[in-house]
Amino acid sequence: MAAARQAPREAMPEQDPAARAGNFLEVPQGYTEEQAVQEASRCLQCKQPACVRGCPVGVDIPGFVGLLARGRFDTAIERIWERNSLPAVCGRVCPQESQCEGQCVLGRKGQPVAIGNLERFAADWERAHNACGTPARAAHTGRRVAVVGSGPSSLTVAGDLVRKGHDVTLFEAFHKPGGVLVYGIPEFRLPKAIVAAEVACMQAQGVRLECDVVVGRTLTVDELFGMGFDAVYLGVGAGLPRFMDIPGESLNGVLSANEYLTRANLMRAYLFPKVDTPIPRGRKVAVLGGGNVAMDCARTAVRLGAERVTLVYRRSRDEMPARGAEIHHAEEEGVRFELLASPVRYLGDAQGTLAGLECQRMELGEPDATGRRRPVPVEGSAFTVECDLAIVAIGSGANPLLPRATPDLPLDRRGYILAHDHTGKTGKRGVWAGGDIVTGAATVILAMGAGRKAADSIHDYLVCGW
Amino acid sequence: MFTIVKREEMAGGKVILNEIQAPLIAEKARPGQFLILKSHEDGERIPLTMADTNPLKGTVTVIYMVVGASTRLFSRLCVGDAYQDVIGPLGQPTHIEPGRNVVCVGGGTGVAVLHPIARAMKEADCRVTSIIGARNRGMLILEDGMRRASHALHVCTDDGSYGRKGFVTEVLKEMLVAGGVEQVVAIGPVPMMQFVSRMTREFGVPTMVSLNPIMIDGTGMCGGCRVTVGGEVRFGCVDGPEFDGHQVDFDGLMLRQRAYAEQERISHEGCRCPGGC
Repeated sequence: MAAARQAPREAMPEQDPAARAGNFLEVPQGYTEEQAVQEASRCLQCKQPACVRGCPVGVDIPGFVGLLARGRFDTAIERIWERNSLPAVCGRVCPQESQCEGQCVLGRKGQPVAIGNLERFAADWERAHNACGTPARAAHTGRRVAVVGSGPSSLTVAGDLVRKGHDVTLFEAFHKPGGVLVYGIPEFRLPKAIVAAEVACMQAQGVRLECDVVVGRTLTVDELFGMGFDAVYLGVGAGLPRFMDIPGESLNGVLSANEYLTRANLMRAYLFPKVDTPIPRGRKVAVLGGGNVAMDCARTAVRLGAERVTLVYRRSRDEMPARGAEIHHAEEEGVRFELLASPVRYLGDAQGTLAGLECQRMELGEPDATGRRRPVPVEGSAFTVECDLAIVAIGSGANPLLPRATPDLPLDRRGYILAHDHTGKTGKRGVWAGGDIVTGAATVILAMGAGRKAADSIHDYLVCGW
Repeated sequence: MFTIVKREEMAGGKVILNEIQAPLIAEKARPGQFLILKSHEDGERIPLTMADTNPLKGTVTVIYMVVGASTRLFSRLCVGDAYQDVIGPLGQPTHIEPGRNVVCVGGGTGVAVLHPIARAMKEADCRVTSIIGARNRGMLILEDGMRRASHALHVCTDDGSYGRKGFVTEVLKEMLVAGGVEQVVAIGPVPMMQFVSRMTREFGVPTMVSLNPIMIDGTGMCGGCRVTVGGEVRFGCVDGPEFDGHQVDFDGLMLRQRAYAEQERISHEGCRCPGGC
């Protein structure tokens, strides 16, 4: 074992950058069984595991990794399921480097155990072998829960509560379930078949799914209570795309990341004209922003055949909110980074079509409220990024649709729903909320963590009262 | 399932009426709101403002012109067929102030959207005078319905083949000159709404227009439907579809409507024609 522990971390097999820039297939290809056992054997099985403290849903990481090391693939996934209902998703999109793997003691001197890759392996192995059936379900309680939205926090709530014996219905505004996992995260990072399988698994456990229902429009929260639901969970996501509010924003060729990604992912517009929804295929593409969504847009543009993709970010690489792996993948695929540059205005031609993006050089000043150094404009440093497509990936605000239709639901001053940190309870009786509509745009796993806490609180309520 | 219970062809088959089973939406929908429809798995999500609702039957009605690949696919659905997805009611309902003297102006298929609004205004004790227009007699729709929904109806055709020869704006101008008009509602092609709004601004008469910008989700998420109103960016889906016609940047709106012109041409040419067309 000692020899195995000193072995280097198993590298994840990946599609070659040149090949993958021309397709939408997943980039990391997953460990083989041998690789998984080898990597799992590097775990020191700490008595007081720091990695678990780094996990927002508290997965028994040494437990499942130990099972993998002994080749017990079927029981390993059951151990993960105890705390995480979406392991195939989390293994792919969690920022492990700042969570579980960031805490791993092996990381102090060398490389941490590849916990994310192992979680993904366990989930993929189970799906491929159909090994475990579905998790056990408690006796029916006869209580009914409406879960609004079907993204990561909503799926967590639905999964937890159906296993506790409650009757759960998911209401999704789009025509397909999965929320941001389906419309936001590209196929090459998270194949849609995996999300579909996770949702199907929940339906097999008894969760009902109603697509094409916009709560706040088709039905109100109070009408859900009128229909006999005992509790309502709101996991509708953040929604409203933010724009720079600079001149030229309404030129054709300026899109929000939401629109670009929804066309590409949910509507599969990269297959146009085989599917009916079009997507602008820029030759020269500028992406505004430095987060994971910006990387997803840039990498999608590469795959849609752009000659040049430039990512414009106003701070330096160290301040980029995107995961290291995403930045690395984008660079490998040829995305150019224009750092310390801030867009000033869009330039258009006579037909109202985008022709360029005028930017200004920035330098880093004093740290701001987020602790990151604030970018300050450098006088007289204007320059132009030539582009016929600009994708704005600078975040989103709270969608007003559901709050407007629910006047007795208390909001914070930015329009997000106020919910208790530990329970997800809102100021409206019988209503819980979690995920991006409470915190603003965050990660899949944080949304799932919020869902887990809310599910526990909803269960208490259904059993004991508000 | 969003089954089609009634299908009618208008304007010589260029305009189609579909009455669709959608009980939840029918119960909730108000005049001025819109739906998103998708006919099949790989279909496009198309926003259409409702032409009618029947809460008792649980149906909603849309009337659309066959202009592109998706509406052509829609037009091939028969009674008993179903849309895969119908989402709504979306957008803000029409704001109606009872007892006003209103002129409702409709052009082309915009008349279909105008009809329930005119009817609701009449029910709210407004004095409703309507002006509807089309290129020619064959393209005119909903004349009888508009007559019932209005206290007085004027019909115009561009070529004079029916009613008065000329544009709806000519009749409108006479009414504005005569005075007493408290509000105008204009729904139709963007240039028509622009002309009407320009004219009513001169007379200081508040004017409401209903826009149909490009969008995907219809719930405020994509931002594709953004339109400049009074110098501010607004979203057609959550803030609209109705806006103050005096504030709308129609030139910008028209440019944005052409964003996918090239792809629409590809779709149209490649449109699968199982029945032959």
